[in-house]
Amino acid sequence: MDLSYSDEEKAFREEVRTFLKEKLPKELSDKVRGGDELGKADIERWHAILNEQGWLAPNWPKKFGGAEWNAVQRHIFEEEAAAHHAPRIVPFGLSMLAPVLQKFGSKEQQDYWLPRILSGEDWWCQGYSEPGAGSDLASLKTTAVRDGDHYIVNGQKTWTTLGQHANMIFCLVRTDKDVKQQEGISFLLIDMNTPGIEVRPIILLDGSAEVNEVFFNDVKVPAENLVGEENKGWTYAKYLLTHERTNIAGVGFSQAGLTAVKRIAKAEMAGGKPLIQNPHFAARLAQVEIDLQAMSTTNLRIISKAAAGTAPGVESSMLKVKGTIIRQEINDLARRAAGAYAMPFASEAIEGSNAGLPDPLAAGPVAAQYFNNRKLSIFGGSNEIQRGIIAKVTMGG
Amino acid sequence: MNFELTEERQMLQDTLRRYLREKYDTATRNKIIASDAGYSAEIWSELAELGVIGALFTEEQGGFGGKGFDITTVFEELGRAGVVEPFLDTGVLAGGLIADLGTDDQKAHVEEIIAGSLQLAFAHGEPTSRYDLNRVQTTAKTDGDDIVLNGHKAVVVNAEAADMLVVSARESGEPGDDAGISLFLVPADTKGVTVQGYGLLAGGRAAEVMLDDVKVPASARLGDAGKALPAIEARVAKAAVAQVAETLGAMETATRLTRDYLGTRKQFGRPIGSFQALAHRMSDLQIEMEQARSSVINAAGHLESDRAIRESHVSAAKNLLGRAGRLVAEESIQMHGGIAMTQEYELAHIAKRIVMADHRFGDTDHHLERFIALSAA
Repeated sequence: MDLSYSDEEKAFREEVRTFLKEKLPKELSDKVRGGDELGKADIERWHAILNEQGWLAPNWPKKFGGAEWNAVQRHIFEEEAAAHHAPRIVPFGLSMLAPVLQKFGSKEQQDYWLPRILSGEDWWCQGYSEPGAGSDLASLKTTAVRDGDHYIVNGQKTWTTLGQHANMIFCLVRTDKDVKQQEGISFLLIDMNTPGIEVRPIILLDGSAEVNEVFFNDVKVPAENLVGEENKGWTYAKYLLTHERTNIAGVGFSQAGLTAVKRIAKAEMAGGKPLIQNPHFAARLAQVEIDLQAMSTTNLRIISKAAAGTAPGVESSMLKVKGTIIRQEINDLARRAAGAYAMPFASEAIEGSNAGLPDPLAAGPVAAQYFNNRKLSIFGGSNEIQRGIIAKVTMGG
Repeated sequence: MNFELTEERQMLQDTLRRYLREKYDTATRNKIIASDAGYSAEIWSELAELGVIGALFTEEQGGFGGKGFDITTVFEELGRAGVVEPFLDTGVLAGGLIADLGTDDQKAHVEEIIAGSLQLAFAHGEPTSRYDLNRVQTTAKTDGDDIVLNGHKAVVVNAEAADMLVVSARESGEPGDDAGISLFLVPADTKGVTVQGYGLLAGGRAAEVMLDDVKVPASARLGDAGKALPAIEARVAKAAVAQVAETLGAMETATRLTRDYLGTRKQFGRPIGSFQALAHRMSDLQIEMEQARSSVINAAGHLESDRAIRESHVSAAKNLLGRAGRLVAEESIQMHGGIAMTQEYELAHIAKRIVMADHRFGDTDHHLERFIALSAA
């Protein structure tokens, strides 16, 4: 047992810190710290900076232009990036589609699509969920019918995150209705500018417009955009989901969130003293900090195993459940700490009008974040689905 | 023991429920929330006509209710429908203080309030007061026949729409002292009053109200100089009871929507409510609903009691509704899944009303500590 990082890992952390201090634009970190919604240009700017450094694709093999970091390095980067309020890397092309193309795509597909992901030429979004297929993803109904050298796609996808920025979407589509659900699904790459596609924004309860509905009406897709074999899409989808679950514990986000709660609680007065000195609030804060410390080590234990080559199995489900509970608890504390100043609507409070208002309000749209992050325990396989997986594996059901 | 509503209250409940079911659907409400005013003048006057505001005042004040169960009857229905119109601010808080403390001249406004033709706001909280009622820093200095007000009032709900503000200010003592606080009736267009408005996450609007050498005549004082705190506390108790009743109504809607959804949404070939993991959680919500209803009844039934008993029940209800409300809101969203995250689905607004209620008149933690302190006294 040795809880400390190796000298190499420490040196790597220093390198990451130096890079973030020198290259992360202040306008971007200010926005992230303040809880502002990042625009397309903001995200593209950060991606370009990372790409120049060769760090945009930490999980890709070097032969595809990636950094090929091991799990511990990725963890260190994620921790430092969150601590420095760096924008989140948009994962759809980089860490969801790319691993699938690298493993199952043709040489032509790899040569064409992968460089375009790094350069930012393509912005990908994910066409998985449908109105009737959420937790039960395999029941999806969007169809793709082969017609000569094309597929004709009809149906609807939903919860398409940042689909409004995307020019490409990777979709799970049904290519055979007469077999077991999982055996009639294919994995298709679709140009969002094809006639017959319509994107409609969904306004979420915190006022944000980050997710969309995508409608397909007789959309013609070249057959060469099929990844792997027809009707084998479910295998690729599952492979993708294991990659979606990297950084699932969100330790860095929780640590940054905890720092923010403390900042608010030091500024907010309760009974004439800073709230952070209130025993009841301090106890709540301590409780979640203790949980986070332990989960952070659980995360590292699993990461070490993964770095040694063992693929994480049920542990990633456990990290998803515990990680989201902790993040949501921290969001709840931040909201609670802000008192009456949690009530103003996020965007209005943030955009301009908070000049001259006291610090808690300037601390960010804490209640909006609390509501927005209710999604954490719903998406990427809801916590109920994760508990089902844990039960199945641990009880051998 | 009798837990039935009186015939009059039952009628009021039925009328309100029917009106709101017909007139206040999610699309209508979302339009109201997005509007500049943040409330509907039409809904306001129609509800006033139905007696919503009159029910908040006693007969001697010119109304036909004013008791705890009148207030809870009204607000449970407003909560059930997710109403954002500022009945709490105009009717219970500011209007109530005028009725409680006003001179005959000042009380003349009550008639306009009940008729729905006057909007009010209670400008009391400050940036550093958090939930303490006695932490008033705003000053009131006598200057000949006038009084000059200076200070900053925080998150004043309905301040932009208000024709008049009921403003608390300190005539003597230090922030945190019980004595020395007075109330003043200040027309919103008085020189030196600046209202910096913003929308609220759960609907409606509020503002930072800056008082910069605001000069009012001594006759603007509501009640005795320096002795307003007990009246403020008693009014905030009524407002807190109104608010827990509103939260209870919203929780009823959240659990109804969730129950219906669990029965109709199919995944893996069957209604998701048939999965025991969800069914048991739904049962827990039903249990908490009963707890919440009883807690609201306790608080409403003790509003006319002595201070210590009254406040202890108010704190108990605010603590319990804060906890049960959070559970109901979060579990309802979780069991629905993504659909509950969308603003056009009814639950989104209802969940926000429930959770954000914890940020007014003291949250669960504040009232837990207060309950302990009141029990020890």
